[in-house]
Amino acid sequence: MTDTAQRAEQHAHPSTGTYLAVAGVLTVITLVEVGVFYVPGFRSVLAPVLLILSGTKFSLVVMFYMHLKSDHRLFTAIFTLPLLIAVGVITALLFLFGAFSLN
Amino acid sequence: MTHAVAHDTSTGLDNRKMAFWLFIGSECLLFGSLIATYLVYEGRSISGPTTHEILNIPLTSISTFDLLMSSLAMVLALAAVARGDKLWSRVWLATTALLGSMFLGFQAYEFTHFVREGLTLQVNLFGSTFFVLTGFHGGHVFVGVMWLLTLLFRSFQGKLGPDKALNVEIAGLYWHFVDVVWIVIFTVVYLIQRQ
Repeated sequence: MTDTAQRAEQHAHPSTGTYLAVAGVLTVITLVEVGVFYVPGFRSVLAPVLLILSGTKFSLVVMFYMHLKSDHRLFTAIFTLPLLIAVGVITALLFLFGAFSLN
Repeated sequence: MTHAVAHDTSTGLDNRKMAFWLFIGSECLLFGSLIATYLVYEGRSISGPTTHEILNIPLTSISTFDLLMSSLAMVLALAAVARGDKLWSRVWLATTALLGSMFLGFQAYEFTHFVREGLTLQVNLFGSTFFVLTGFHGGHVFVGVMWLLTLLFRSFQGKLGPDKALNVEIAGLYWHFVDVVWIVIFTVVYLIQRQ
């Protein structure tokens, strides 16, 4: 076995139990998201609550199903940099077009 | 085990997987621009149906759950291929493709319903940005389903053993990326609607 192959062996993928647990958490978060949407009391904090829940789901899929938690960090960097640029572009355009203005 | 290394490289990582992560990075920019465009123009339509009038949250919640479960089936398919389990690799690949097809069915129903309600690509800013964003995503799901069916076909040919697990892992990366894009779309388009 080569050095690189030995390094790869050290990054084991999650077990079936972990995959099922993640699916369970994703399901629960989705139910909470939809529930929160229908509760009038959450109307004022709906956007931040939903963004946090959505971000949690996003992170779980990327870390466990796309294996970034156990894979080489270079893959995480290759994914994270464009993702941050995309988020930056979205935020900048929303500011530029006055989406956050109070009027 | 992971399937990252098939040959020696300067980074110690498989070039195909590295290239695919770069592709996914570029896809982040593509969908980022589409989502930004949708959000910038949200609530600025001067005619035609708007988000409050037309979006069907219960139906989309079911299709979201469907796509999340397809991601579970995909990782189970990869695990089955990696351990050389032909039966379960076929079962999970077929399940993933089926769930992806069901998602496309939900989207086709939604688009058809919207057009009947008077929302088209040309009618207002919401229609233009909504159909472009969700249509691009649906196109990606369609490509993913075709890819999964190709892998399933290769499996029935007996050409999808543990030595080809990296091929399934890369297809899985694509599928999960499509899933995480939908996670974002479901939140910013369907659940967070500007008053």
